[in-house]
Amino acid sequence: MVPGQHMPLFEVFIRSRRGLDHKHVGSLHAETHQQALEYARDCYTRRSEGVSIWVVRSGDIVASQEEDAGEFFDPMDDKPYRHATHYRLPPEVDNM
Amino acid sequence: MNDSNASPEELLRRFQARIDAEQRIEPKDWMPEAYRRTLVRQISQHAHSEVIGMQPEGNWILRAPSLRRKAVLLAKVQDEGGHGLYLYSATETLGVSREELVEALHEGRAKYASIFNYPTLTWADIGAIGWLVDGAAIVNQISLQRTSYGPYARGMVRICKEESFHQRQGYEVILTLARGSAEQKAMAQDALDRWWWPSLMMFGPHDAESAHSAQSMTWKIKRQSNDELRQKFVDQTVPQAEFAGLVIPDPQLLWNAERGHYDFGPIDWEEFNRVVAGNGMCNRDRIAHHRRAHEEGEWVREAVRAHEERKRERAAQDAA
Repeated sequence: MVPGQHMPLFEVFIRSRRGLDHKHVGSLHAETHQQALEYARDCYTRRSEGVSIWVVRSGDIVASQEEDAGEFFDPMDDKPYRHATHYRLPPEVDNM
Repeated sequence: MNDSNASPEELLRRFQARIDAEQRIEPKDWMPEAYRRTLVRQISQHAHSEVIGMQPEGNWILRAPSLRRKAVLLAKVQDEGGHGLYLYSATETLGVSREELVEALHEGRAKYASIFNYPTLTWADIGAIGWLVDGAAIVNQISLQRTSYGPYARGMVRICKEESFHQRQGYEVILTLARGSAEQKAMAQDALDRWWWPSLMMFGPHDAESAHSAQSMTWKIKRQSNDELRQKFVDQTVPQAEFAGLVIPDPQLLWNAERGHYDFGPIDWEEFNRVVAGNGMCNRDRIAHHRRAHEEGEWVREAVRAHEERKRERAAQDAA
C-alpha cells in the first residue's frame, strides 16, 4: 500500500428490522470485507439501527447516471395505463 | 445464541419461536429441510405460473381490438414476466439454481397454476383473465405478503403493488363488452361461464383434503386456508358480476345472511385433478412453447457472448 493512500471503498447496506430489505446507508474505507463489516457495525449501527449488514465493494457496483435519466428511463414515462388509477370504474365496483 | 453448537431440537424450537413471534425467516437462518423444500416447491410453482400465464394472454396481443388495449395487454404480460423473475430470485435464495427449476418444469416435476391450461378463445377471455384469474391471484397474494419467508414476502409486496392495474383493466374490458351490443354481451357471459369454475379451483383443494396445508399453516408459509381465500374471492366478485349484468354460472349461488357470505355449489374436482395431472386442453402446448422459446433464444445469447468477447479483445488490443 502506498503511504497516504486510502483503503478500498465499500458501500454499506443495513436491514433495520427482520423482514425488511437491506437499504443503502453510506460507505467507508476498509482493507477487507470482514474489516468493512466491523467498521460498518461501528459506524452505522451505534444506536441499534440494524440487525444485518451487507458490504459490497463500491467498484463492483454499476450505476446508471442521473444526467442520463431522461434518455435512460424515457420509454417508461408515457405509459399511464400501468397505473391502477388509469382505469375509471363506477363507484359501485371501485374498491377493486 | 450461536446456531452452530445448538442441538437440532433447540434449533427447531428457536425457528418455530421466531415464526410464532411473527418474525420473518431470512436466507441465512437455520431452517428445517422440509420448510426449505416446501418453499422451493411453492415459490417456484408460483414463478412458473407467472411465466406460463404469459402464454394465454400473449395469444391476444396481436389481435387486441385497439391500440390502447394492445399497449395495456403488452404492459400486463410484461409485468407477469417480471413477477416470474422476482419469484425465481426468491427461490434462488434457498440455494437452488434457475436451471434446476426450469428443468423441473420441463420434465413435469414442477407444477404451475392449472388455469393456464385453458385456451383463450375470444377477446372477452382476456377481460375474464384480468378480472377473475388476477382477481383470485391477488386475494392469495395479499395474504402471502405476510408469509414467513422474508424474500417471498417482500416479493409479494412488490407484486401486489404492480398487480393493482391488472384486475381493473380486465374488469374494464368485461364491463365494456357487457354494455355493448347483444353479441358483445354474450361474449362476456361466455367468458365468465368458462373461467368462473377454474378460477375457484385456483385456491386448491378444500382444507380437509389439502395435502400440504396443515404444516404450511404452522410454519406460516400459508396465512389463510384455501377455503377462506376462495370464500373471500366469491364474496367480492359476485357484486362485480351483478353490476356488469352478468350471471355467475352457478345455480346454487346464494347470499347466506346468517354466515354473512355467499354459498356456492360444488366444485368439479375430477376436472381439477385431470388438468393438474397434465390432461387439460393446453398442458402439452404450454410446456412445448416454453421449451421452444428458450431454444429459439439461443442465437441471441450466443450473439451477446460473441459481442462481449469481441469488446474484451478490443480493449486488450487498445491496452497493448
